Amino acid sequence: MAAERGDDVLVRVENVVKYFPVKAGGFIRHTVGHVHAVDDVSLVIEQGKTLGLVGETGSGKSTLARCVAGLIPVTKGKVIFNGTEITKLSRSAMRPLRREVQMIFQDPYSSLNPRRRVGAIIGDPFAIHKIATGAERKRKVQELMERVGLNPEHFNRFPAEFSGGQRQRIGVARALALRPKLIICDEPVSALDVSIQAQILNLLKDLQAEYGLSYLFIAHDLEVVRHVSNKVAVMYLGRVGESAPAEDLYDKPRHPYTVALLSAAPAADPDTAAARQRIILVGDVPSPIDPPAGCRFHPRCPKAQEICARVEPALVRDPGKEPEGESATDVPGGWAHVTACHFPVVPGENLATAGAAVPASITASPAKSPAKSAVNSAAKEELS
Amino acid sequence: MTLLEVRDLNVSFPTADGVVRAVRGVTFDVDSGQTLGVVGESGSGKTVLTQTLLGLTPGAEVTGTAVFEGTDLLELSDDEMRQVRGEQISVIFQDPLTSLHPLYRIGWQIGEMIRSHDKSVSKKEAAARSVELLRMVGIPKPETRVQDYPHQFSGGMRQRAMIAMALALEPKLIIADEPTTALDATVQAQILDLLLRLQQELGTALIMITHDLGVIADIADEVMVMYAGRAAEQAPKRDIFYAPHHPYTKGLLESIPSSKAAGGRLKPIPGSPPSLINLPSGCKFHPRCGYVFDKCLAEEPVLHPVAESGWHLSACWLPATAAGLSAAAEELREQVVMAERGQEAADVVAAALAELGVSATEADTTETETTSDNEGSVA
Repeated sequence: MAAERGDDVLVRVENVVKYFPVKAGGFIRHTVGHVHAVDDVSLVIEQGKTLGLVGETGSGKSTLARCVAGLIPVTKGKVIFNGTEITKLSRSAMRPLRREVQMIFQDPYSSLNPRRRVGAIIGDPFAIHKIATGAERKRKVQELMERVGLNPEHFNRFPAEFSGGQRQRIGVARALALRPKLIICDEPVSALDVSIQAQILNLLKDLQAEYGLSYLFIAHDLEVVRHVSNKVAVMYLGRVGESAPAEDLYDKPRHPYTVALLSAAPAADPDTAAARQRIILVGDVPSPIDPPAGCRFHPRCPKAQEICARVEPALVRDPGKEPEGESATDVPGGWAHVTACHFPVVPGENLATAGAAVPASITASPAKSPAKSAVNSAAKEELS
Repeated sequence: MTLLEVRDLNVSFPTADGVVRAVRGVTFDVDSGQTLGVVGESGSGKTVLTQTLLGLTPGAEVTGTAVFEGTDLLELSDDEMRQVRGEQISVIFQDPLTSLHPLYRIGWQIGEMIRSHDKSVSKKEAAARSVELLRMVGIPKPETRVQDYPHQFSGGMRQRAMIAMALALEPKLIIADEPTTALDATVQAQILDLLLRLQQELGTALIMITHDLGVIADIADEVMVMYAGRAAEQAPKRDIFYAPHHPYTKGLLESIPSSKAAGGRLKPIPGSPPSLINLPSGCKFHPRCGYVFDKCLAEEPVLHPVAESGWHLSACWLPATAAGLSAAAEELREQVVMAERGQEAADVVAAALAELGVSATEADTTETETTSDNEGSVA
């Protein structure tokens, strides 16, 4: 196991916390609370591999990605890129490292400046890092355009003259320009039609094989993530609930949230759709300003018990047993299957019917009063 | 029982750049209590199609008929249409935040919908009915939530409120235009579940417009696959998924990442959908089709039955027996293509493959991009 956590780890995220202040008041603004966007997340991204990050809106996956890219400062914790702790670096010390980490964004319409020519957009990284000028830059830009499947003759066109899929290729070319080690893909295909989506996914895969790129791949489409990722981490309300090698996670999910998420994903196959038992989660994701105490998923969890509202489960390799030795240090993104749950789902367990057994006070209690719901459920326990 | 009969519907928009032919000769039926899934990529005309039925495409040139319970919707005056809309046919749009008024309370908006169609309902009755509707769509504590403004609702709750509004007058047909696209997977599951349950309880017919074949697999009975303003294939759900005939349908199914193909390469459809102003000749899918042969370039195929049941229709020149994903069907398709493909069609395929990056280095096959090359060299 030591080898997996040794030299071939490119990025190490250690206990990263990111809070955003919530301001209120009229003339004099004061902070009334914090959005707990990312709360104590650790993970590793391996060299040449893809770590998939899934989760619903507001789970903190994009914020985490921006922390990894060094675009926003972290509140607490460390991001170590290739042996250098980037969270402590000054802006100027950070600049050479920015070449190594690039991003591809979701919306190919708003991430390209409509008034600049494609050649200039893709050539920007060369200009900013003073790598190539003039004819040399143009040659490099055209090489890149050809590599991502664009006609190199089109370097003088504006983004509006390209279709959605072609624009995303422009975004890929720009990210690829400086031969980075890590590309963060934030929902790179969710704005594209399925036939185009497959083109971009294949392109990303080819580039990874060719240049040995590492990807941090964020998407809400679970099948897309499964297709591209070696490891997958599931986030919920700013925390990682479960992480495992992709096949392991999809075949043997342990966290009830992962199970629910997988059961909710639409399958393009009528027989699968009819046979599957969907777990319909009650309610919405609670506010990250005041997340529930204990396990953050407990107000919506069909398996929630009294302890879930009180004690936050640790992210461990074999939940339910005492962590021993090395397993206690297992980090999401590594080879181990780690889960943060007091009552992990065992294979063959039917969560769709488990909901009925849960006291209504747990599942229906609003997330605003975690303390109260804990008391409620404790009371229910006593009654029964 | 057939509720809506659309025959040879054409919709085009005159613009400064030319005539946009958004819908071209679409024919379909919707039975009461049934769900018709309309699937297609952006710009395939699926939204224009349904908006035309409701008179929401001003400025469009419309031909054809759309008979809903004996009346042709396309002949109605604006006033008559206003009576049909909401009362007989209602719509659920993709983005619930932009379709709710931000300055009015949710309860008021639902109540207004009821009172604008029936003035005899008092404000009090309308308010009570709003509460009941919100309860029906599963909003907790509806008595207090009717007083909320749209921004106080989450995305899933707003979509529930839209569904409540769509159901307010117990319409016979609901048109849902990408109702779950803006929502997370778990919330999407809640909403689809709700739509299915309400449909079973109330016997409403549903037209579900989506680009997501997963949603179609879940809730549709019949499916219409649209491409460039036309139905490429129309069939019961199982035929579409297990015995697709049109190469576009097949291409869509194959380009979805699934557990079966995990880790391997996907098979995308090359190129992108055509401009509706400047459509290609013959079959509109031919520049992207792997089975293109000479007839496809010259003549546009019409929908014809490709199965004995007569319910499976496809607009493709491949023989009717060449349906399905089996190896035998693939072989049959290859045979036809080998026999019928001339030089012209071979060039089209080569160009498509080059664009896909299959042979990106052989950049001499840009036959289809002649116009763009000219502009490029000027610049």
